[in-house]
Formats: sequence, C-alpha cells, structure tokens
Amino acid sequence: MARRLPQGGRIDRARPIPFSFDGKALSGFAGDTLASALLANGVSTVGRSFKYHRPRGVFGHWTEEPNAILDVTRDGRREPDARATTVYLEEGRTLAAASVNAAPDAERDRLAVIDAFARFLPAGFYYKTFLWPRWGLFEPAIRAMAGLGRLDPGWLPAAPAAPCNRACDVLVVGAGPAGLAAARSAAEGGRSVLLVDDRREPGGVLLWRGGEVEGQAAEAWIADTLAAIARAGGTVMSDTTAYGVYDHGLVCALQRGAEGAPDRLWRIRAGHIVVAAGAIERPLVFADNDLPGVLSAEAGLAYLRQYGVLVGERVVVAANNDAAYPVALALREAGAHVSLVDNRPAPRLRRLAEDGGVAVLAGERVVRAEGRRAVRAATLASGARIEADALLVSGGFTPTAHLYCQAKGKLAWDDALLAFVPGAPVEGVSVVGAANGVFGLAAAVAEARAAVAVPKSGGAPAARDPAALDAAPAWPNGDAGGRAWIDLQSDVTVKDVGIAARENYASVEHLKRYTTLGMATDQGKTSNVNGIAALAAATGRAPGEVGTTTYRPPYVPVPFSAIAGLRGGERMNPVRRLPLEARHRALGATLGEYGGWLRPAYYGPGDMTEAVAREIRAAREAVAVFDASPLGKIEVIGPDAARFMDFQSYMTLSTLAPGRMRYGFMLEETGIVFDDGVVSRLDENRFRVSCSTSHVAAMHARFETWRQDQFDPARLFIHNATTHWATLAVSGPLSRLLMERLSIVADLSDAALPHMAFVEGRFAGGPATVARVSFTGERGYEVSVPAARAAELHERLLAAGRDLGVAPLGIEALMALRAEKGFVVVGLDTDGTTMPHDLGFGGPRLKRTGDFVGKRSLFTQAAEAADRKQLVGLDTVDGAPLPRGAHVVARDGGRLRSEGFVTSSYASPALRRPVALGLVARGAARHGEEVTLRHLGRELRARLRPPCAYDAKGDRLNA
Amino acid sequence: MQIFTCPFCGARDETEFRFMGEAGKQRPEGGRAVGEAEWAAYLYLQRNEKGPVREIWMHQPCGELFLLARDNVTHAAEPGVGLRPEGA
Ligand SMILES: [Zn+2]
Repeated sequence: MARRLPQGGRIDRARPIPFSFDGKALSGFAGDTLASALLANGVSTVGRSFKYHRPRGVFGHWTEEPNAILDVTRDGRREPDARATTVYLEEGRTLAAASVNAAPDAERDRLAVIDAFARFLPAGFYYKTFLWPRWGLFEPAIRAMAGLGRLDPGWLPAAPAAPCNRACDVLVVGAGPAGLAAARSAAEGGRSVLLVDDRREPGGVLLWRGGEVEGQAAEAWIADTLAAIARAGGTVMSDTTAYGVYDHGLVCALQRGAEGAPDRLWRIRAGHIVVAAGAIERPLVFADNDLPGVLSAEAGLAYLRQYGVLVGERVVVAANNDAAYPVALALREAGAHVSLVDNRPAPRLRRLAEDGGVAVLAGERVVRAEGRRAVRAATLASGARIEADALLVSGGFTPTAHLYCQAKGKLAWDDALLAFVPGAPVEGVSVVGAANGVFGLAAAVAEARAAVAVPKSGGAPAARDPAALDAAPAWPNGDAGGRAWIDLQSDVTVKDVGIAARENYASVEHLKRYTTLGMATDQGKTSNVNGIAALAAATGRAPGEVGTTTYRPPYVPVPFSAIAGLRGGERMNPVRRLPLEARHRALGATLGEYGGWLRPAYYGPGDMTEAVAREIRAAREAVAVFDASPLGKIEVIGPDAARFMDFQSYMTLSTLAPGRMRYGFMLEETGIVFDDGVVSRLDENRFRVSCSTSHVAAMHARFETWRQDQFDPARLFIHNATTHWATLAVSGPLSRLLMERLSIVADLSDAALPHMAFVEGRFAGGPATVARVSFTGERGYEVSVPAARAAELHERLLAAGRDLGVAPLGIEALMALRAEKGFVVVGLDTDGTTMPHDLGFGGPRLKRTGDFVGKRSLFTQAAEAADRKQLVGLDTVDGAPLPRGAHVVARDGGRLRSEGFVTSSYASPALRRPVALGLVARGAARHGEEVTLRHLGRELRARLRPPCAYDAKGDRLNA
Repeated sequence: MQIFTCPFCGARDETEFRFMGEAGKQRPEGGRAVGEAEWAAYLYLQRNEKGPVREIWMHQPCGELFLLARDNVTHAAEPGVGLRPEGA
C-alpha cells in the first residue's frame, strides 16, 4: 500500500489541508495533488472503469491519467471528470472528491457484477446487440450503467474571465529542460518570449528526475534559467496548458485559475512556436494490468520525489528501457524492496541497479498481475512469481507532439526509438527535446538552444539517439491469456483490438470508433501507441504502416465556460438599447427583444391582451406615441445617388421630388423581397432609406457592395445614420392637434405636409424632421430629433397630449394595427419565395424599363407561375382565431396538400374579431372563397379576403 | 483562426471579414433580355475550386471590398488587394 514518507518531496508539511473522498475525511499538504494525497492516505481504488466497473487506482501522475477521474467539488462548485493528478489541494478551499461510475462508492460498486459478464460484452457488443428492434429501447438503461462524471445542472462559473489575446516572437510550450533552455536563448537573443507550462512549478521532468544540466544541479539551473528569462524580458505562465494550434498559428491556452480564480483562455499569436512538451510513458500490457497498484514507472518516481509518497513496500518495476533504472534505484533508496523485470537479455545498467540493491531479472517479463482488489504479485513468463504491492511499468515513451500534429505536421515511425516522432518540419514550429524523440538531457537542451538560434527555423535535424533509452520491443500480444488492458479509460483489451481487426476495422480510425480506444477525457495518451502496435500485430503490419489517428485540439479537456468567457447570459448576444429606455421603464413598459433591440412590448399593468387593446384604442380613437428609433436611416449621398436608388429599388425613385417619400421594396437578385421601407428624398443628391430595424446592417452592407462593385465609389457615399436620430411616431385622429402643441418650428399644415411628405424644422434649438407616414393606417407623424434630445421630445409629447388621451404604444399593439391594415412585415408575412407581385405590387415589374436588382428573376417560369402564393387576409368563419402557421389545405385525390399558411394573426379591437394575414396559392383571385385550414390536428374554416381589413380607402390618413 | 489582410486596415482576425463571392463573376447586362441559362449561372453556379482561389471579401469594420487570393487547402492567404487602382 502506498504511504507518505516521513520526509522528502516538494510539499509543505507545515500546511496540512483537509479534503474528502467518497465522504471520508482525509488530509494532505500544500503542494499535493489530489492523486498524491489519495495515495498518501493509502486509497488504492479511486474509481470504477467505464464499461466493466472494474476497480481502478491511480496510474499516472499528470495529464495522461486514465483512471483517477473524479467529480471534484470545490467551494461548492462541481467540476465533473477532473483528473485527480492535476487538481492541487489549496489552503482555505474545501475539496470533496467523489468517484465516478460507482454506486454507492468506488469501494462497494453495485454494478461491479457487470465484470463477470465481460466475455459477453466484447468490442462492438452494443452496436450488434441492440440494433433490433431499435437502439432507443435499450439506450436509457445502458446510458445509466455507462459514463463517467455527473454534471451539476445548476453550476455557473462564479466569475467568468474574458479570453485574453497575446502576441510574442517566440512561444515556448513546456518548462522542462528543453523549454527553459529555448526560452532563455530566445529571450537573451532579444526576442519577446512567452513560456507556458501546465504545472504550477516550472522544471518539468527535472522536478522528479533531477540530474545535472549544463554543469549545474537541476534545482540551481532551473532557478538561474528562470531569473535569466525574467531579466531578458520573457514571461513565464504556469498552470497554463497550450491545448490547441489553429489556423495561421493561433495557439489557444487554458490558464487554470489558482486559489479560486476563474479559468482563463489565452489566444496567442507567436512568430515561432517551440514545442517542448516532453513525452509520456507507455504501459506494458499483460493480463490484469489494470489492477490498482499498477502504475507507470515515471509516476512512481514523481510521487516519491515531488510528494514524498512511496507507492509500495514491495515493488516490481517492469521495463523495456533504461529510464526505469533510476526509478528502481530511487524507490530502493527510499526503503522499498525492488525487483526490476527487464525484457532485454543484457541491460547495460544491470550492474548499477544491482549495486544499488535492486534485484534485476533480465530477459524476463511480467505476464500477469495477481490480486483481487489490488496488486499482490506479478507472474513472469518463466512462471516465477514475485509478491508485490506495487507494479511499476515502463514500455517506452511517446513524444508529446500533439501541437506539431495540429499544426499539420506528420509523424513518422522510428523503429529504433520505438516511437512516432515529428517528420517533415512545419514552418514556424519547432519540436525539441523528448517531444521530438530526443531523450538525452544534454542533447535535448542543445537542440532547444539551436532551435531558437535562427528565427522561425525548424532547427537542425533531430539528434535522436536510440541508445538514450535503449528500448526493446514489448508490444501487446494475445499470448498472455486473460484480459490484458490497452486503454484503461475506455476499457479496451488486446482481445478487443483483435476482434476489430478480424471484423475488418483495420484502419486505425475505424479501430478507434469501433472499440473507443483513445477516446474520452485522456484521449489515449497512454494507450494509443499500444493500440496501434496491437492492430499492427493483428494485421501483419508495422506500427508505421498503421499510422496514428488525427490529432485534434484540445490536448486536455477545456471547460466551455473558459471558451465562452464573458459571453453568457445577457452578454451572449447583447441587445441594443434605446435612448428612451429609462422613460419606457418609468411608464411601466414590459420590454422584449425585437430585431436585436430591447423595445417596449406594451405598457402598464395587467396582462398583455388588455394592455394591447388599450393602446390600440388610443391609436384608433385618440393619439398614441410609438418609439420607432431603431427604424433604419441609411443615407445615400452623391451625384449618382438617384441612379443608384433606381437600381437598388423595385420602385422608381429618381422621379421622387425632394421632400417626398415613397414606400417600396428592395429585392434580392433572385427577385425575392429582401426588405420593404420608405425612402425619402432629402435633396437632388441625397436619399434616406428607412429599412426595417432587423435589416439595417444587411442593407448597409448591400449598399456598400453595389456601390463599390457596380458604381463609381467617388460619386456615391453611404452613411448609416440610424442611431444618430431618435424617432417618435405620433399616430391617431388627434395626432395633428398634438403636433400643433409641440412648438416645432416648421409648417405642419396639410398643404405643406401632406401624407408621404416631410419637412425639416427645429425642435428645442436643434434639428428635427417631421414626416407624414403611417404604419397604423391613422393620420401619422414621425418626428426625428438627435438621439440626445429624445427624452425631451417624448416628455413634451406625453405631457402636451394628456387631455387628448395620449398613450404610449408598444410594438405588440403596433403589430396588430398594421395587420388590420394588411401591411406586411418582411420575413414574417413573406418567405424565401415571395416576390413583390405576390404582395399586390406588380406595377413596377411590368412598367419599369431600366434594370434593377432582381429584375430578371421576376420573369422566370417560376415567377410567372399561376399558382404562386399571394398575400391575402383571412377571416375566421366560426369566430375562433386562426393560429399563425396553420396551413390552408386542399384535397388532392385522397391526400391533403398545403396551399399556403397563416403568417400573422391578432385580435382586432377595432373590428371586434380576429384578423389574419397569409400566403395562399392564387390567393389574390380567391377573395370570398371559404377554405379549410389544419393546425396541429385541428381543422378550421376561414374566408379569404383582400389583405386590408380596416379603412380600405385610406380616409383615416387625413382624418 | 485565420488572419486576412485588409488593404486599408491591415491584418485582422477572419471574424471581421465576410465572404462576398468568387472573383471574376460578371453581372449579365440587359435586364429582362438576359438569357435564362446565363442568368441562372450568374445566380447559382460557383467554380468551387480546390486549392488556390481568388475571392471578393468585405472587411466589415471599414466596409471595403477587396480581392483575396488564398488557398483553401493550406489556408495560406496573400494580402488583400483593393478593387480599384490607388487614387482612382
Ligand atoms: Zn478594412
């Protein structure tokens, strides 16, 4: 059993930190990770496996960890599937860890019985078994049994952090010996340097392997190098994982918030990326190699040197390379009884190990781990059996070249190193040290310094020396009997790989998807190469011929909250705010988002129906004030403005007199209605386009595009003045009376200002435009003043109209008013097939001689088809409102066929009945016809009529 | 994230840009007289080539259109070129 030694490690024994695991109170020290603290407390089973619910213990010591995946609740916030190996204990913060996929806990998991049926659950089992009659019947139960952590649906990051951008000449990833050396060289060479490292303390492998670097003891060399980097202006960021390389060299890094600070995303642009991310040890694969107590050899050393934890009293180290020897010697020195089982017949370090008190069994290998809940012994190929409470395995090292691969680098198999190593260089990316397959300390440091000597160069060809590790093949094969585990996190055995190969999932990508090898939170950091080798053996190929799966970001799991940063809740898609918002709120407005703006839906107490009816009455019987400020005000200015407007618009606009306005459409080149609106001619060379609120940005971009593409940009200028002006629409039979009380300096008489005309005058010492337009059908004025004067205008209107019964008008009432009049909202009453002649505006199509946007498309076979859907009004026959979306149906033989649908539907207080608009095939010729509608299984009857249901002659415009 | 270079504003993140169309497409002249096939090709047919392409993009903050030569396989992008010669 693992235990804490009385001294040693980089922990602070003066600062104990309590924590809990599966409800049990435990204690660790500052500097501990959750994994080291669990081992120090003798916890051997930390969770149950994904598929078979087998007991699993800590295997690794950092991001590669496949087993110790825990739900970690810190200060009340739960992070699911955290790797215990990378979670630090922190003073002053509560930490409760819970095992996943185990109930009630990892020790007593009820579903452990599944493991007894394992031979019935091979790779592909679920695919094959539950296809019939359908997967959906079985899915809930299977999902409940499988899976890892539990999400806390109520979880929200307490203080999300905004992603930060950063640029530098050289980004070094990894603060091990190679990374530190590269950063120092680059910084001292005058380049701006950012060094990121995912641990809290820089030093990388030196923290547990120690050694001598450039003539100095590791500890002193790290300190000197960090000081030199700082002196030269370089920056070191710890707790920061560079997890992805994206297009054009963008590197994204996750900075884990220490001491409760939020996680933060960094977007880094570097001229030169130096990947010094080290290498990850591979397990050896033998029967029952998943028992708690089987750890990577590197982890055994890391727990000893960093945390003062001895992983066992009787330790078997099984290896195929030289890197395990210092591990065996260190554990022996720390008091363990150590045997080293080496598959190489004549290891050159044998004498060194034996001199240090380690028993070496050369040319021998472990074929089985024994024990029920934890390792008790190792069985060797010769049949010998060694009692052990820890079994440390080293099957060689896999360079951590993920970032190089993400940057479109291609790995090549090195048969001497027994590893995939970076192949052809990628511009702007250097891979150095163990990440590049250079395992000697001195060679790695030399390579790192050389890589940054010339800016952006890939450096010299790697000085890879197979003798540095002297690894011998020790690939998984099926000869051991029992279950030999390749992927501990996804529960994939050697046999599963064999099944996949037999069923012709012979491509490595297929293998991954069929067996789930290399999936889940560890992404196969310890298992991929063994899986590739097993597939190679099963299909008679070399590992290099099988190749790797595609490396994609992220290297480690990244919380979405860090990627989202501040873009959540109200900030997800911020609404635009009216200058009058405070006044609307004071009037009791209920605000809602309309076309991207936060606008008053209706005013005052009571439910919406009552409020809307009240407001409609005011508009029809007295006077109402509507905040139309978000309505587009795009100005087209210049000597070619009239020609431009004619080309842009469906209606002719060059014939418009200055001071006059015209309603019309803008079309797409496909002839489809893009937007409608009123265009004012301010003077000979200046037009203002009042497009729909939701179309302002698109209309502006459209105008700019045509201006630059088809016109002389020097003779045209497009200016979006929408937010410069606040616009209040005053509407109703008493609107003229109210306008006269406003003291606007302008001639507002009907002679000077008829319907569809405007005047420019003064209000409160500033400019004001008054236009006679109406979206309600009543006499109406639109008053536009600079946004800063909006409040004054609004206040004066409501105060001056009190005795007239003036009321503020919300957008819901306005929508009903315009539906009574049959005025369309583009995108609501039109769809992606609607052309202007479908809306009753066929004149310009037939009469206009010049070209305009979309013209040709109005004369295609489809545009001239007899059964086009046309705008109609619909009156309910039995009094029931017609729901929006209800389809007008016709019988076509025995089948129902849609002839169109309801696009708008409102209660009409003025008409005392519901009003609806719709698009119906041949609708314009079918006024008076009674039709059947269907909606969600219900049948309704309606009569078709012209779109306008209220004041068809338009008398009220001048009432 | 790619970096494109607006000829007026310089290098910016791709999110600031908007694809407008393949370069070289001409709007057929003649209004209603344009042939059906010619008009359909103008509306709907794209070359959709793999590799080096020439496209029109808009840099949205400044609103200017420009020619962008890029490779849609390697994602290499040359600096953008304004649609009109300098000073025109
Ligand atoms: Zn620009």
